[in-house]
Amino acid sequence: MDFFLSQEHEMLRTLYKEFAEREVKPFAQEVDEEEKFPIESVKKLQKYGFMGIPFPKQFGGQGADTLAYIMAIEELSAACATTGVIVSAHTSLGAHPILEFGTPEQKEKYLKPLAEGKLLGAFALTEPNAGTDAAGQQTKAVLDGDHYILNGSKIFITNAGYADIYIVMAMTDKSKGTRGISAFIVEKDSPGFRVGKKELKMGIRGSSTCELIFENCRVPKENLLSKEGKGFKVAMNTLDGGRIGIAAQALGIAQGALDETIKYVKERKQFGRSLSKFQITQFEIADMCTKIEAARMLVYKAACYKDAKKPFGKEAAMAKLFAAEVAMEVTTKAVQLHGGYGYTRDYSVERMMRDAKITEIYEGTSEVQKMVISANVLN
Amino acid sequence: MKIVVCIKQVPNTSEVKLDPVTGTLIREGIPSIINPDDKAGLEAALRIKEKTGAKVCAITMGPPQAEKALREALAMGVDEAILVTDRKFGGADTWATSFTLAAAIRKLNYDLIITGRQAIDGDTAQVGPQIAEHLKLPSVSYVEGIQVKDGHLIVKRQYEDRYHMIKVHFPCLITALSELNEPRYMTPGGVFDAYREKEITVWTLEDLDVDRTQIGLKGSPTKVYKSFAKQLKPAGTVLTLDPEEAASYLVEKLKEKHIL
Repeated sequence: MDFFLSQEHEMLRTLYKEFAEREVKPFAQEVDEEEKFPIESVKKLQKYGFMGIPFPKQFGGQGADTLAYIMAIEELSAACATTGVIVSAHTSLGAHPILEFGTPEQKEKYLKPLAEGKLLGAFALTEPNAGTDAAGQQTKAVLDGDHYILNGSKIFITNAGYADIYIVMAMTDKSKGTRGISAFIVEKDSPGFRVGKKELKMGIRGSSTCELIFENCRVPKENLLSKEGKGFKVAMNTLDGGRIGIAAQALGIAQGALDETIKYVKERKQFGRSLSKFQITQFEIADMCTKIEAARMLVYKAACYKDAKKPFGKEAAMAKLFAAEVAMEVTTKAVQLHGGYGYTRDYSVERMMRDAKITEIYEGTSEVQKMVISANVLN
Repeated sequence: MKIVVCIKQVPNTSEVKLDPVTGTLIREGIPSIINPDDKAGLEAALRIKEKTGAKVCAITMGPPQAEKALREALAMGVDEAILVTDRKFGGADTWATSFTLAAAIRKLNYDLIITGRQAIDGDTAQVGPQIAEHLKLPSVSYVEGIQVKDGHLIVKRQYEDRYHMIKVHFPCLITALSELNEPRYMTPGGVFDAYREKEITVWTLEDLDVDRTQIGLKGSPTKVYKSFAKQLKPAGTVLTLDPEEAASYLVEKLKEKHIL
């Protein structure tokens, strides 16, 4: 067993940190405050290959691995969780299912430009009445000649409005429950497709989260991803991988909050000495560090399992469950250690605490992760 | 067209601290980087490569760990990387360094050699022009702009109160300023390839046709008389603001430092 990163992963860490420090962090406050999609940062991420890190070169990717990818999410999220989730939703949810389930033509037409950073991806499963209960899908797809006709709506879709390609789940046979769900690749300009209401959120406020509306939306039948009735499998497989990305986002938020706190407690003086000289502060910092490191081990382990092509569903669920809890706990403590200043918007820990909460909810709530883990252990 | 870029691995001086007792640099744990002027040289070469299809070779003289700087150059997009390393090259001053590098470059085909103006850990600005002298090449230092023409370059040389536009024929050497460009980031795939697909050529003393009296510490005419720590004074900030703006700026700064 080896706990050391390879030299290439070490160098990637340096690259990601430098990129995040220069291209992402300076805008994080503004992105949050103005609920502004960080389009300039995204363009740079696209230019420098950050949107296709784990995909093979033949499909326009960088030919790196999952670990290299999730380390990028971690470092971007340490600076700005909004930016982290944009890359994660694009890579894990928008592009990865095409790599896993796409035909050679679909890979050429869609995966390649997604991995090259020419197009942005998104994934649409959740509906008003079908969140954790994915089988409650109401969006329908009916084959009509050479096209499927989609009708229905999706909510809480990350990257909506900015994405060019959406992986959309819809019922092709309601009577079969989850086995009646199919997955489709939908282009943003498809007739009958539009983006609806934008959500106003507590955190990750720069990420675009909207409703998608399908009104007799015509999707060419060659855009069926995998086979009819296999959509649930596509979705579950995709979310398994996506969880490692969100776990990395949570890890990054926690690390970012810790870094800010360390800086603050060394500078801030009360009773004639810096906060870092008080044992209560030291012990809090020790706890935060230790938990973050434990989360990092789980997240990296899940990524390494995926890279080794071993089953990683349980590992990904554990990583997300734990890292999200750590993110919430560490950011809350970070605000506490900042005192009154921490509650103001002059310091970024306030934003980080709001950003952390979503990691316990999206791409499977913490409760869902517990279902996945316990099912793996008990069955 | 073939371009050779000389780079140096240096400690990131923005993170270097002084030992409060001895007054010497604490180098342990300080990350190493490619010298900033050299990185601008790399970027300049890569931009010429994009336009003309030139081949770019990065070369460095240093200890084995300088390999990392070459991997970074590969990850940025250079085609070839050469590490010139040998214990006998150790302790070299600028003369011995340029002598050794020139011997290595003589083994290569080149039209253009780019070095950085100077390294942030030595600040001599001598090695580039000295290499040109050893190789009997025309050289232009302090370059902040490059246009590639057929068989020659038009370069913009920084001067104290003006700049010069100079036409220089190949083969030649130029020394690059950081102001020349904004170096690109490595790409994740580039980093993977730099370690997994690409090789670094290593040349030791045995590989070079070089006068052994001119290398390393023994070949270095520079004698260090005395080393001492410079008295550091924080650089002040000069602002031209209205009194009101100046006051709020000051308050902001004092708040930042938790004085207010």
